Amino acid sequence: MSAAAPETPLIAIVGNPNSGKTTLFNLLTGLKQKVANYPGVTVEKKIGECYSQHGKKLRLIDLPGAYSLNARSPDEAVLRDVLLGRRPETPRPDRVVCVLDSANFERNLYMAGQVLELGLPTILVLNMVDVAEQREWRIDAIKLSEILGIPVVKTNAISGQGLIELKLALSREDISPPKWQNAALPEGVKAALEHSRDEMRQAGVIHTRSSLLEPLYLLSDHDPTHYGIADTQIARIHELRSRMETDFPGWEDALVAERYRRIEELCAQVLKRPDQEIETITTKLDRILLHPVLGFVNLLLVLGLLFFLIFKVAEGPMGWIEAGFGQFGAWVEGLMSPGDFRDLIVNGVVPGVSGVVIFLPQILILFFFIGIMEDTGYMSRLAFIMDWAMSKVGLNGKSFLPFLSSYACAIPGVMAARTIDSPKDRLITILIAPLASCSARLPVYSLLIGVLFPVGEVGAFVQAGIMLGLYSLGTLGAFFFAWVFNKFVMKGSASPMILEMPSYKMPALKSILLQVWQRARMFLVRAGTIILGISILIWAASTYPKTAGDDSAKQMEHSFAGRAGKLIEPAIAPLGYDWKIGIGLIGSFAAREVFNSTMSVVYAVESGDDDNLAPLRDKLAAERRPDGRLVYTPLVCISLLVFYVFAMQCVSTIAIVKRETGSWKWAMFQLGYMTGTAYLLSLLIFQIGSALGY
Amino acid sequence: MPATLAELPVGSSAIVQAMPTGRSCLTRLREMGIVPGTRVSVTRRAPLGEPIEICVRGSHLSMRNHEAAFIAISAA
Repeated sequence: MSAAAPETPLIAIVGNPNSGKTTLFNLLTGLKQKVANYPGVTVEKKIGECYSQHGKKLRLIDLPGAYSLNARSPDEAVLRDVLLGRRPETPRPDRVVCVLDSANFERNLYMAGQVLELGLPTILVLNMVDVAEQREWRIDAIKLSEILGIPVVKTNAISGQGLIELKLALSREDISPPKWQNAALPEGVKAALEHSRDEMRQAGVIHTRSSLLEPLYLLSDHDPTHYGIADTQIARIHELRSRMETDFPGWEDALVAERYRRIEELCAQVLKRPDQEIETITTKLDRILLHPVLGFVNLLLVLGLLFFLIFKVAEGPMGWIEAGFGQFGAWVEGLMSPGDFRDLIVNGVVPGVSGVVIFLPQILILFFFIGIMEDTGYMSRLAFIMDWAMSKVGLNGKSFLPFLSSYACAIPGVMAARTIDSPKDRLITILIAPLASCSARLPVYSLLIGVLFPVGEVGAFVQAGIMLGLYSLGTLGAFFFAWVFNKFVMKGSASPMILEMPSYKMPALKSILLQVWQRARMFLVRAGTIILGISILIWAASTYPKTAGDDSAKQMEHSFAGRAGKLIEPAIAPLGYDWKIGIGLIGSFAAREVFNSTMSVVYAVESGDDDNLAPLRDKLAAERRPDGRLVYTPLVCISLLVFYVFAMQCVSTIAIVKRETGSWKWAMFQLGYMTGTAYLLSLLIFQIGSALGY
Repeated sequence: MPATLAELPVGSSAIVQAMPTGRSCLTRLREMGIVPGTRVSVTRRAPLGEPIEICVRGSHLSMRNHEAAFIAISAA
């Protein structure tokens, strides 16, 4: 937002997760927002523009939702660092809008209190007043405003109630710092913090005018990645922290208790609520949706609907996209004169881009669905129901949906892992997600199962059984590796599963659609650019060097791809594959379903159409090695199927994993462990099977 | 009377008596409002024993037995 004049005030929007903070931000800024990541971390940075009720231009920054400034995740560290003015690329906000969920007023006051302690001019927003009213919680906003000496506004972000009052408050430039006394620190702790502050100042960790809160939050940083703190300073901060722990055991816990004591005092003055919790829509719905039997049935229905939407409803638009690109390719073919450039466009660029865009309907549907589930509050219930099962492999309930989504496509699955707040669980979920058999494997499975058991010999049931077996194998593999990573690769403290169960509410559709659009755009731009490059490379590899004549099978053999197939033949021969399968494997690294079309070219079969696998299947089944033995023996087919279950063969996913984990390191680790496992298992199957005489 | 929150039956409430200090997994629970002296009640338990859903300061939270077992309680 460099275009904005420097005097445009920057206003931070902060609040607990589920407080309706982002809905309010979207309501205020609309489409005038810019989404990026904070440098060096996968935390979304959203800055938008809006006008106050008096027409003054304002810049709004939507900071990550958090329960405390005492950071436990990179998200919370970003919040802490922005509010303390520790981030070089984000100026310290001039004012703060602190959004509270009125129906969870007391708990929400914890972080609000921490924000008030910072002394920035603050507007308190009591959001979701309608839900609080259902619970018969009455908050005296006028009194609260008097006590704190700051504006307090009641809103309902879904109906837009209170928005004008909020915009009026946003126009005020005379907001004074809140009258909220900082939590009392015991003398010893205070002295120790002052000492730490001096040291940190000298080391340049904090700026010279820093209050005691900055060393306090840095010393109590629980973010395992210590995001925002330079590596060279971490050791010193650790030392200071352990000294604090020895000198004043439990000082942090005492501070929390002290803050809640003051919150209780405040609540006694401004909050009236019934002694007994009264029946609300939420308690009634939960009796059904979290019922041991009905809850599970409902969950299956919800997931069934999701899969129906992703596989069946998305089919239509996916077909249109494919047809559209096909027609575009044909149109270009007619327009340009024959030559390599036309070939590049028609056979490289267009199918490559089409291969990415085709996933867009699934991604849009999935993110819309997830948005609805999160916004209504059902997502927490889903995590509650699935937590026990996920805990057996060391994950938590929040990993369930991203993993499940990966059965459609790992890309939205990996992106959906953003909803997991524990960085470790999120990373493990991303690492195992592509082991779910995605829809791109389906055509390959169908082809090879068809070769393995030609129709007529065995019934459709056996074929379906094998298909189910492959899906189970991938799922078991995913759980196995989740367990391994949890146990051996990513040690460090297991983060506790603490799940808020928010009140149910109507989804804010506009806000959800805006987020869906932002995700989709990110996918198109990031995955699109990488896959475009790769598809040009693969096109070039199978086009050059050229042979004379029109025999596409000969051309393939002579090309770089063909040579590469022959080059890797010694490595894949122990798995039972020849160089022609090698070409298919290499092509599959662009996308798995490319195996079918590549093999059609390799064997010069007319139709490589997914809908009609018969010609290719028969060709494969009849293919013989130079010595006369069959190439696709049952053992080779099984070895190849297992390879496809485990191997990481999707550049789009690699690109997204790189983006979501912030480095190539984990993307390469994933590529290595998955493909390594695939290789080893296929090797074992073929070698043991051969030794047994199959 | 059950000794910890993990043993508290569904539908009953108790007062948090003590929590061990210096455990970072408990710090977050404290920040979510569970501090000694607070009233907590158990709303429900998942079919297979965990997680449990509790109500504290009018907010509903879920946690596993592992964490709940650290929270010593006394009669409300």
